[in-house]
Amino acid sequence: MKLAALACLLVAFPLVGGEFYVNLASQIFIFAIFAASINLLLGYGGLATLGHASYLGVAAYTSALLGLKLGLGHWIAAPAALLGTTLMACLFGLIALRATGLGFLMLTLALSQVLWGTAYRWVALTDGDNGLRGLSRPFHLDDAASFYYFALAATAASLWLMARFVGSPFGAALRGTRDQPRRMSALGHNVWLIRWVSFVYAGFWGAVSGLLFVYYHKYIHPISLSLTNSAEGLLAVIAGGSGTLGGPVVGAAIVMLLKNYVSAYIERWNTLLGLVFVLIVVFMPEGVVPGVKRLWLRFASRT
Amino acid sequence: MAALRLQNLRKSFGGLPAISDVSLEVAPGERRLIIGPNGAGKTTLFNLVTGDLPRDAGNVILFEEDVTRLAPHHRVHRGLARTYQIITLFPKDTLEHNIALSLLGLSKLRWNAFRSFDADLYVEARAVLARVGLEHLAKRGIAEVAYGDKRRVEIAMALAQKPRVLLLDEPLAGLSREERATVKQLIAAIPREVTVVMIEHDMDTALDMAERITVLHYGRVIVEGTRAEVVADPKTREVYLGH
Repeated sequence: MKLAALACLLVAFPLVGGEFYVNLASQIFIFAIFAASINLLLGYGGLATLGHASYLGVAAYTSALLGLKLGLGHWIAAPAALLGTTLMACLFGLIALRATGLGFLMLTLALSQVLWGTAYRWVALTDGDNGLRGLSRPFHLDDAASFYYFALAATAASLWLMARFVGSPFGAALRGTRDQPRRMSALGHNVWLIRWVSFVYAGFWGAVSGLLFVYYHKYIHPISLSLTNSAEGLLAVIAGGSGTLGGPVVGAAIVMLLKNYVSAYIERWNTLLGLVFVLIVVFMPEGVVPGVKRLWLRFASRT
Repeated sequence: MAALRLQNLRKSFGGLPAISDVSLEVAPGERRLIIGPNGAGKTTLFNLVTGDLPRDAGNVILFEEDVTRLAPHHRVHRGLARTYQIITLFPKDTLEHNIALSLLGLSKLRWNAFRSFDADLYVEARAVLARVGLEHLAKRGIAEVAYGDKRRVEIAMALAQKPRVLLLDEPLAGLSREERATVKQLIAAIPREVTVVMIEHDMDTALDMAERITVLHYGRVIVEGTRAEVVADPKTREVYLGH
């Protein structure tokens, strides 16, 4: 019922919201997929990553380059970008999952920095700091409302498939590896393989967000591969509530609203983002979604 | 045919030998007790058998199959299960979910990422909990139940795996007199086709349950034999009984 009401609201939004707000909502959707894919690793697998922008950026660059340099259409460029990025996640998983905890965090960071540096320096391919421009959207989704519906449908499908994943027996095993990896091994679960499959799956959804990202902006710059982008995704997950389905979506909305809306009024929006994050961690250390739920339950039990 | 055979197993930590040339053979269905003072290497020996720790030398043979080079989860699929001295459960989950994870470990279902978590697993998990007298607590969180119940869940998780060889690491540690009696009954009821190797500190309890006993001291087997032989051996009295 609540979900149906939310769906109606989201479908009706472009009819009442101005173009700026419709575009802002599209960006929130894209960032929500990105944050939800990080949540698969952080929230359900206990694997904090600082390199997830790699998948967003590489999918975006691959799609853009296949279109610009080879003149391929979206029908070929999009699956090729998804496949290529997922294969990269297979390889990066083999390297990064040689460690867990801080070691894993540093390896994901190092791998993403290699890609970020390459995007900056390989000017012949990426045009370096200028980025790649002159890109197009598929299906001629050039107006704000039609792209909004496209992004909404993609986000709904992505979140649904990620929810299926975490609610499955495999998802239960992944949570088990987060809480007691040694015990999971003693129960017959292949902990490393569970983590690797999840890493690749998260990489695939990072790539999906990258495709939507490049379609939305019709432009791609090395900053999409940067540590800042990865950190903002991680921040969204922690702020919204890691290990919950709604948390990354709410976290993505908080980050994107501050970044794109508040920044129009406040020059130092980054400071405000930091302040908001500190307040969330102090008052709702589990994140906004579980925190609000906790407060609501406390309020309901009193009344 | 031995259920479990260890051949010249060796393990050192930073040059300090923890297990030195340990060889032992446990017959199918046997109840074997491993005893020894603190630091004798009992838990390290279990960790070498399960593969939680890599050995420096020697072999672990399970039902005539050399499993030394197999990862811990592969050994589990060949019938090896264990419990932990320090309770190692999933504290955020219910008792039935803990058991379900155990059942899942040996099921092909564990790789299915696109169907809902199977309710049948919970039905089976509750049946396992019923075997250890905890069915009424199936929906409780691990954090909400008593220490003795957690010990029983530990054993239930291992039993859910239908093991051929079960390693029990101090299953009575930290339990009250009543809880000990319950857990002892539970261990006594383990079917005879399961080989049980148990570490236990409490000599009186352990001697009740064991058929053969291995005494470890500084990582070496110093005595092995029946209850009477081990108790009568002066080396046991010297290192373990203290007189």
